[in-house]
Amino acid sequence: MRSKLLYACGLLAALLLVRNLYVVLLQLPDDADQGAVYRIIFYHVPSWFTAGMAVLTALVASVAYLIRKDLWWDTLAVAATEIAVVFITIGLVTGSIWGRVAWGIWWTWDARLTSALVCWLLYAGYLVLRTAIEDPSARARISAVFSIFAFADIPIVWYSIEWFRTQHPAPVLRGEGYMDPQMKAALYANWPALMLLAAVLLAVRMRQEAARRELDGLRRQAHSL
Amino acid sequence: MDQRGIEFMFYGLSSAWLLLAAYAVTLVVRERRIHEEIHRLRNLVEDRDRK
Repeated sequence: MRSKLLYACGLLAALLLVRNLYVVLLQLPDDADQGAVYRIIFYHVPSWFTAGMAVLTALVASVAYLIRKDLWWDTLAVAATEIAVVFITIGLVTGSIWGRVAWGIWWTWDARLTSALVCWLLYAGYLVLRTAIEDPSARARISAVFSIFAFADIPIVWYSIEWFRTQHPAPVLRGEGYMDPQMKAALYANWPALMLLAAVLLAVRMRQEAARRELDGLRRQAHSL
Repeated sequence: MDQRGIEFMFYGLSSAWLLLAAYAVTLVVRERRIHEEIHRLRNLVEDRDRK
């Protein structure tokens, strides 16, 4: 039953993404300044929003693990972090490709891009750290503390374009920023589609982590024989 | 469609889709490996228990 629900949600996410791709490519007008390349924003921004929700989930799960000591929270934290790393990677890669056209460079060490790269390194480091600790309780505890520490970078990433003068554009969705309502609607339509996909991937990854725990138990059992 | 930057738009959109697809494939492959390993170890433990 749960697998069928997962397949249904995955299919719905795929359909929404294809529908949004049709809107982005064939219905939206071109940007007067940037031409066609501005369409990257419809994947770049929702990917970062999705990554933001994933790291927030990882933070809540990590705090909950430290309070409850229940490994289910650790499972949620690692699954959310892995999903976050995927979407942060998409955010960084698509942003870099857009920057190559808009700025003439692939990368610059401004506050937004640097803090975003640090964010990727921190959460990728979290995943690497977990592979180095064998004891499940110690792994969960140390990872939870690390995840809480890593989240400290998120406000810096979010507000860097307001706190510092950056190459990255100023906010267009909040503050004094402006975006055409039709384009804004397309951007906000892609976010739930990516969130739904992320939720499916999260559920699959959590199931996998539970299977991995069973595998660890069987390995210990096999060694003791 | 305006042709300015269309090549890079294609790169940007494809990279997003490819990264998602690559991750989905990784998950499927990983899940298969875990289940194969569980099956193998279960058989091993059961065989030794019988002996």
